[in-house]
Amino acid sequence: MDPRLSIIEERLKDVKRVIAVAGGKGGIGKSSVSATLAIVLARAGHRVGLLDLDICGPSTHVILGIKGVYPTEDKGIVPPLVHGIRFMSIIYYAGDNPSPIRGADISNLIIELLTITRWGSLDFLVIDMPPGIGDPTLDVIRFMKRVEFLVVTTPSKVAIETVRKLVKMLAELGIPITGLVENMKMPSSLGIGQSLEPLGVPLLGGIAFDEGLEQAVGDVEKLAESCFAQELTAALRRIIDERGGESHV
Amino acid sequence: MHEWALAEGVVATAIKVAEREGLREITEIRVKIGELQQTDMEVFEFALKEIVRLQSALLRRARFLFEHEPAVLKCRVCGTEWAFKDALKKLDEEQSESIHFLPETAHVYVRCPNCHSPDFEVTKGRGVWLESISGEK
Repeated sequence: MDPRLSIIEERLKDVKRVIAVAGGKGGIGKSSVSATLAIVLARAGHRVGLLDLDICGPSTHVILGIKGVYPTEDKGIVPPLVHGIRFMSIIYYAGDNPSPIRGADISNLIIELLTITRWGSLDFLVIDMPPGIGDPTLDVIRFMKRVEFLVVTTPSKVAIETVRKLVKMLAELGIPITGLVENMKMPSSLGIGQSLEPLGVPLLGGIAFDEGLEQAVGDVEKLAESCFAQELTAALRRIIDERGGESHV
Repeated sequence: MHEWALAEGVVATAIKVAEREGLREITEIRVKIGELQQTDMEVFEFALKEIVRLQSALLRRARFLFEHEPAVLKCRVCGTEWAFKDALKKLDEEQSESIHFLPETAHVYVRCPNCHSPDFEVTKGRGVWLESISGEK
């Protein structure tokens, strides 16, 4: 028996909501949404954790300009509080090096992170997921019983097609889907609401392509003031305004 | 894995098994510890004692037996097998510490001694395993 599996739920017992930010493919802005959502929630007065589970390509630390901080040991690992967010990522242990990890080792690493990390009391734990429906997605569903998914897509037909698969799988497994955010929305968008409406996922809103976003990467103040953050806030208003993190959108 | 988290997991799992098996007292817990984990046994045993002390009578007399398994790595590309302890000699303190906290970061710092690939599997000596528990019904 793997003794780690007995205490993952214990580690999350004081976390009110666990929101996995996911999408069907890479490059659609999951990490930007995750990091910005965490910032917006923290600035709204919530207690927030951010877990970067994109093991092979972690990037939320880059978006939030996090460097020079490390977890502390206290009967496990306590993530540092950065910009008002409890932040956990493989980067504390892998540094700037590539992390070529696959298969069962990805699962083992996720189990290990969930086992050792002491989040304490949080209103929201935001998880930046890697693309697709592979090991990390299945592990999060397997080990985090109260997880809900916030699905991100772009108006690209390719992205919509891959996100459709993710949504179908989540629906089949009965996993709650908070809603869908359309990132990099273009005036000519055909309307992903129509495309994905038959799957019964609420479209929470769209975020226009923000040319200034790249300038805000690494600078939390600029990020919080960006059009991207403002439109994300509008799309997720009901989540952000909730007190106590009890109800869903 | 941090030793305290590991100890918590061992005790929680033993209690679950005892409840499932209808044991009123656990007398022995056998734990296998992989070398890759680089567990500090002094800290681990101290954590176990402290956690057990806070538990019900179920575990008060439990004896812990540990089996240590050396870690063996096998390259998926060229098939070379090598001992983790040999790889460890080439790592600095920070790299070794990272693997201690998150064993899979071995893939970040260790390379196949033959073809230098990071694509290897840990065929033995990974993780901690609760081998068995014995007790009285």
